Amino acid sequence: MQTEIVIAGFGGQGVLFAGQVLAYAAMDSGKEVTWIPSYGPEMRGGTANCTVIVADEEIGSPLVRHPQAVIAMNLPSLDKYEPLVAKEGTLIINSSLIERSLQREDLKSVLIPANEIAESLGDKRLTNIVMVGALLTAVPVLPLEAIEQALEDHLPERHKKLLPLNFQALRAGADLVHKEQIGQQS
Amino acid sequence: MAKELLKGNEAIAEAAIRSGLEAYFGYPITPQTELLEWLSKRMPELGRTFMQAESELAAINMVYGAACTGARVMTSSSSPGISLMMEGISYIAGTEVPVVLVDVMRAGPGLGNIAPAQSDYNQIVHGGGHGDFRPIVLAPASVQESIDLTVEAFELADRYRAIVVVLIDGSIGQMMEPAELPPMRHIDRQRPTWAVTGAKDRDRRILSSIYIDPENEEETNLRILERWKEIEANEMRYKEYYLEDAELVVVGFGTAGRVALSAVRAARAEGIPVGLLRPITVSPFPYARIKELSNLACGMLVVEMNTGQMLLDVQAAVGGKIPVEFYGRMGGVVPLPDEIHEEISRLCYEPVAPSADPRESWMDRMDLAKN
Amino acid sequence: MGLNPQVETVYKRPTTFTPATTHYCPGCTHGVAHRLVAEVLEEMNLQEKTIGVASVGCSVFAYNYFDCDFVEAAHGRAPAMATGIKRVLPDRIVFTYQGDGDLASIGMAEIVHSAARGENITAIFINNANYGMTGGQMAPTTLPGQKTTSSPMGRDIENNGFPIRTAEMLATLDGAGYIVRRSLHDPTNIRKAKKAIRLAFETQERGLGFSMVELLSTCPTNWGMNPIQSLQWIEEHMIPYFPLEDFKVSPILSQVRI
Repeated sequence: MQTEIVIAGFGGQGVLFAGQVLAYAAMDSGKEVTWIPSYGPEMRGGTANCTVIVADEEIGSPLVRHPQAVIAMNLPSLDKYEPLVAKEGTLIINSSLIERSLQREDLKSVLIPANEIAESLGDKRLTNIVMVGALLTAVPVLPLEAIEQALEDHLPERHKKLLPLNFQALRAGADLVHKEQIGQQS
Repeated sequence: MAKELLKGNEAIAEAAIRSGLEAYFGYPITPQTELLEWLSKRMPELGRTFMQAESELAAINMVYGAACTGARVMTSSSSPGISLMMEGISYIAGTEVPVVLVDVMRAGPGLGNIAPAQSDYNQIVHGGGHGDFRPIVLAPASVQESIDLTVEAFELADRYRAIVVVLIDGSIGQMMEPAELPPMRHIDRQRPTWAVTGAKDRDRRILSSIYIDPENEEETNLRILERWKEIEANEMRYKEYYLEDAELVVVGFGTAGRVALSAVRAARAEGIPVGLLRPITVSPFPYARIKELSNLACGMLVVEMNTGQMLLDVQAAVGGKIPVEFYGRMGGVVPLPDEIHEEISRLCYEPVAPSADPRESWMDRMDLAKN
Repeated sequence: MGLNPQVETVYKRPTTFTPATTHYCPGCTHGVAHRLVAEVLEEMNLQEKTIGVASVGCSVFAYNYFDCDFVEAAHGRAPAMATGIKRVLPDRIVFTYQGDGDLASIGMAEIVHSAARGENITAIFINNANYGMTGGQMAPTTLPGQKTTSSPMGRDIENNGFPIRTAEMLATLDGAGYIVRRSLHDPTNIRKAKKAIRLAFETQERGLGFSMVELLSTCPTNWGMNPIQSLQWIEEHMIPYFPLEDFKVSPILSQVRI
């Protein structure tokens, strides 16, 4: 059992840290995990991404062509990864910055106005955590509590006062997906 | 000790510290720089030597000097910087002093780029500067293995008075994985009997790579070779996956090896009897094991992040007995599992005849893939 | 303990020398420079704590002559190697012995940065205006118009540029504690040279930073002169270009009585 997640966006959107939080949570949950950032030729245009793989056995390749889930924080990331997401995979889209609709019909997609949510919570640096909350609700590879623990353990000391806000952001992202799922069921 | 989420470069740096690293001399270069930065903070904290040299050339010669005192020393760099270090590496080998060198490979030739590659296989395994010697080269494929082999590197360097290279590519350097660090080792201030420390209460010692009399140099070359034979006999390391019943054997080291593991698993899931040999010591190279496997399997696939450097060593081991095919990505492009899976399927369903140069058919396939 | 107890020994082989006979050409002042270093090591009682770093050039075999621990560096890299040793063993005395090709050409980066870092090592720098060991080619110190085997028409400044005054250059660096130039062409200057070498090692002992003594030295074989002519050539041609001065002297050294 292996889940591959790509988180992509502009530099400064907390893309790499969001991936690390996932990786810490996976590690603390006793899973195998790899986190690998883009640092080479694909970093053109100020976009950043990282791949996180969570698995039950020794992980082979730290990179995959068709990740099962992608968080697209901005339009260039959606343009790049929409064609690459695995068949019937999941796209978590930051609808605050992305207006276009999806071209593929097989994908499970969730639109999250992450910037607005973060700003309503009072800090736009929370955008990434809103998206992580949404991801883990749509693709329940790790419990939200594991993320909370990871944030508590690994949020840089100078940001520790933001911990409650981070928890709120995580739940806000999760709630939106819950609502959508309930809406689809009814 | 509990597992921590560690970045490859930093994990190697900390593992070196805990192995009793006394002095580090280095020069910044991507994608190795985190290693140097980690040590720049930690070494002074511990009262040990960290120095940023004016060039890789200076760094390797500082390491050379420090190694002559019998201290545990290390430097690190990435491909273009390693090229500059070749001079010092040769002198260190000729003087028979222990040094650990970390090469976080990137793409080349020339400036190339900073993306991951295995472009230094030849320069490290078959090169290492002028003269007649071979370095021990350890090729980890994960953060945990990078830690374990760094610890091992210091032991091997001391045991054989040799250069030990930890050879990774940029992706292992940049990757984070859960891993466990070794406990802090006490620094042994007892200097070996050959070390140059000031001739107090003993005869003076000279450490040099100069043997002006050809017969003495020949004797030295032979001594180094004999030690190498001992290394070959005792220090061969590789990891095998699904080889018990494998009819097709994939051979790859480092990142290429672990990417191949994903492909091998996927092919196994389809019922293809394929296995993986991942050399951990690429020098000494597991010729004997590959030769054995060539008696059991009906084909081999070598996967590298270069144009086929280790390929020649595999071919030498196989000796034309079974077809050896090649698949490589380079220039900073990391192969993905589906590409290797496709190669495995092709070899399984379209058996190939042994060819003189497997790179030719690979180049044709690369052309096809482009068009 | 001689035959006559009235006779005082005024000149003997320093105990810091090995019994080996040097390989230098007749009339070459490398032997004088070696002896001065050996005398200073003896007088300062440094033999047991000194590690020498030999370089590549005529002095490649320096380790055969000094009775102390020694290593042999790659061409130009002696200051880097000395840095490595000194950083691990900061209470030892570490010195390099380098020629002008080694120090001022291929090893210029290493010597400049060692000086800039204030590396607590001592460099003995032999300037004989050519590459001696390889048979007298043009060096960074070869004078304008000077004929060598690789500048057979004389050094052409249009083509080869100008000689480098290394001591003056290094003296501009804050890390340098003691930088002087001396000459070995007559007894007076030899005595001054010895005092300078002593001060260089005193600089190191006191942790005052990088020290270097540049010594104008003869190369009669490659200059195509007899020993006396070559001593005169230093005086007439080299000193005007390479003045014998103190370029940088740490003020603390003025308290040192020797």
